[in-house]
Amino acid sequence: MSKSPNIFLPVLGATCIVLGAAYGLSTRTYKAQEAELAGIAAQAAQTRAEASEARVSTLLARLDDVQSKADQAIAIAGSAAGSAPDPAPDFSGGLGLGRAALPEELAAWDVDIMPDGRGLPVGRGDVLTGDELFAEYCASCHGDFAEGVDNWPVLAGGFDTLADVDPVKTVGSYWPYLSTVWDYVHRSMPFGAAQTLTDDEVYAIVAYILYSNDLVEEDFELSHETFSDVAMYNTEGFVVDDRAATEYTVWSAEPCMENCKDRVEITRRASMVNVTPVDDFMHPVMRGDISKQSAVEPSVPRAAQDAMADLVAAGEKVFKKCASCHQVGAGAKNRSGPQLNAVVGRTAGSVEQFRYSKVMAESGLVWDDTTLSGFLENPKGYLKGTKMSFRGLSKEEDRMAVIAYLRTISP
Amino acid sequence: MKTTRRNFLKNAAIGAGTLAAGKASASGPDPLITEVQEWASYTGAGVDETPYGLPIRFEEDVIRRNVEWLTASPISSINFTPIHALDGTITPQGCAFERHHSGAIELSKQDYRLMINGLVDRPLVFTYADLERFPRENHVYFCECAANTGMEWAGAQLNAVQYTHGMIHNMEYTGVPLRLLLAEAGAQIADNLWVYVEGADASSNGRSIPMQKALDDVLVAFKANGEALRMEHGYPVRLVVPGWEGNMWVKWLRRIEVTDAAVESREETSKYTDVLEDGRARKWTWVMDAKSVITSPSPQMPIEHGPGPLVISGLAWSGHGQITRVDVSRDGGVTWEKARLGRRGDSKALTRFYLDTRWDGAPMLLQSRAMDETGYVQPTKHQLRDMRGENSVYHNNCIQTWAVNELGVAENVEVS
Ligand code: HEC
Ligand code: HEC
Repeated sequence: MSKSPNIFLPVLGATCIVLGAAYGLSTRTYKAQEAELAGIAAQAAQTRAEASEARVSTLLARLDDVQSKADQAIAIAGSAAGSAPDPAPDFSGGLGLGRAALPEELAAWDVDIMPDGRGLPVGRGDVLTGDELFAEYCASCHGDFAEGVDNWPVLAGGFDTLADVDPVKTVGSYWPYLSTVWDYVHRSMPFGAAQTLTDDEVYAIVAYILYSNDLVEEDFELSHETFSDVAMYNTEGFVVDDRAATEYTVWSAEPCMENCKDRVEITRRASMVNVTPVDDFMHPVMRGDISKQSAVEPSVPRAAQDAMADLVAAGEKVFKKCASCHQVGAGAKNRSGPQLNAVVGRTAGSVEQFRYSKVMAESGLVWDDTTLSGFLENPKGYLKGTKMSFRGLSKEEDRMAVIAYLRTISP
Repeated sequence: MKTTRRNFLKNAAIGAGTLAAGKASASGPDPLITEVQEWASYTGAGVDETPYGLPIRFEEDVIRRNVEWLTASPISSINFTPIHALDGTITPQGCAFERHHSGAIELSKQDYRLMINGLVDRPLVFTYADLERFPRENHVYFCECAANTGMEWAGAQLNAVQYTHGMIHNMEYTGVPLRLLLAEAGAQIADNLWVYVEGADASSNGRSIPMQKALDDVLVAFKANGEALRMEHGYPVRLVVPGWEGNMWVKWLRRIEVTDAAVESREETSKYTDVLEDGRARKWTWVMDAKSVITSPSPQMPIEHGPGPLVISGLAWSGHGQITRVDVSRDGGVTWEKARLGRRGDSKALTRFYLDTRWDGAPMLLQSRAMDETGYVQPTKHQLRDMRGENSVYHNNCIQTWAVNELGVAENVEVS
């Protein structure tokens, strides 16, 4: 089970375990192959030093005494390139922070189960009991036979599909250790009511999941004692990360820069499957048939057209509140309020033969989305002294709708 | 459609035909210049109008998005960072992707407890305030879900870089080195020991980390980009495991146990293992290998300005350390040119790259290829499939291709 991480972590190969090396600068940053970086950084440091000797020496003075002058220069160079900061100091013997964990607390939280079964509580449960419990607590998502409902995880079956293009990875076909099943059901399921099952219930439910996968017989009872009798199907199916040997060696040649292939053809397009979620805020070319669209002159997207029509219709309704005082359309006349044809874009107070209030006539406002919305929200608040005796449209949607409607009305 | 101010204004503008892009024509004086605009005359918002500010409403489209059909419930699901719309390298917390196995929980600092036990001299319990008394460090690291780009294994599928590559974020973390907490408890230290870490939420996500990594650069973090972690990222305390798959960055960290073997939890057996062509699976594939992607142009970021100067921009990162070089191809990998790195020297963090070029208006097959300090070169999709088969989900770090047509529209494609 244990392994030497060295093999798989070439980058950590040279890592010092720094528990003693209090102020040691990380060597990672200054690797030989970073010559280029070091060059740039050193140059930057030099420029800075020349520009302001005084500032650099203050900086140097602030650095810890244990570092040599050379280290200090590198440290400045390093920070100029945005790399690793000074490591936090270690305190031998600790800081005396925290308090002792009590046995009850350890018992409550330290409940993970090791692959060899260490950590399992005393308890038992059989397949038939598990069947009933599973039906009650789990089947709504995972199905009566652990076969999975809709998009919820499948827990059974899928044997011998792992080499297929769409492998079915279930507790039966894929999970290497029984400890994981017990631990996961115990701590994380049922979804939405985790950590509510008793130990015996977990034993029974896990026995049932094993049974659903034909890994045990119907009369099986799972317990802390029978735990190690169960053989999982895919225990031998895992290899420890071998990318260092299989991939890194292959993919570290100097890459080709010219004439790297004879010809290039498109073999697949995302538009062939067309499953990308698109929302109203995305660029218009994201909607519809991509191949026919141009980013240069975006056409009005269908969704936006529909939305616009809806908005105008809503605005027409809102306008009923205005119609007692304002007319629109061909032959519209001034009533108690001015006619509102082509009001969007119009200068406020500009309809001839209408007697505006002084404040409106002299406001100099041009009616656009913002000014209209502000005025309609609270006419008297927006233009103190206006003659429009209207309480206002407090809902932003209503204001936007009525403005959209007014936009459609030409002179 | 939900009518918001923004899409109303936007649609209204489209209706009025004023969204014409392209080269600014000098057909007449620009009223934005010749006429006094309201913002140049009226006063703007006062201080305190938004005591904690959100982006201006014009940026309403820069949001996390989710692919609903991927999962049965948003409680156990993932969404995606809008990397197409960001620049530089730091991901703002508010739009950094979320991945929950049992939903994001509200855990206050007062209610927070961290236990450290197992093969230690002194099993301890820390409060949040205790953690603040340990020496802390600041580091910028990327966090990438092992499943990032996973939906693209079988073929080009999602037409947006947000969906193909958005399970990643990059933040500056403030936290206590894990080695200090291990030392505080008097942990046994040996190469064959493990550190099992576990979250406080109902999923009780737990992962086993080899001791050597735990002592190297793992952080117990409580701040990101200078402020408290967001709830969705594990407030008040999460683990930061630089360069390694996001699932190990346990959120709402509640327990650290020194063990003599890997626990082989569900998240390191059933999930986050990589099925190979012959049906065997790789486990403990923690490191996220070097990878890059062009974020603009991309399907969500078509070229709207027509031929002429063009900035091609993207992100590169490696779990093995620093990005040393990024190449860009405009012809689907026949010829390559070196891109300019926005900044060098950041280890296990996003690196921004640019290719400042001219577009002649001809169709392009855009690709980028990252190299890291170990000499590793990002593989093509063919190389990955030849090596691992097509049964995998995780650790897809292949070269991505965007086909850009003569109109500037980009599409996710695969090439021969
Ligand atoms: C409300 C729906 C629901 C119910 C009820 C439920 N589960 Fe689950 N189960 C889930 C979800 C969702 C997941 C995946 C969680 C995640 O994403 O981490 C899951 C995962 C699992 C897994 C791991 C599957 C895998 O392949 O990794 C097992 C085993 C499991 N559940 C067992 C149970 C058992 C046993 C019960 C009853 C005690 C139960 N579940 C009740 C929704 C449910
Ligand atoms: C009770 C009558 C009344 C109602 C109801 C009313 N208004 Fe008015 N409106 C007026 C008057 C009077 C004025 C002139 C205000 C002034 O000069 O101060 C006016 C002015 C306006 C103006 C400025 C026009 C211009 O030419 O400068 C607009 C725009 C306007 N109203 C829109 C609306 C809308 C939209 C509604 C319905 C949501 C509405 N009004 C409801 C009476 C009314």
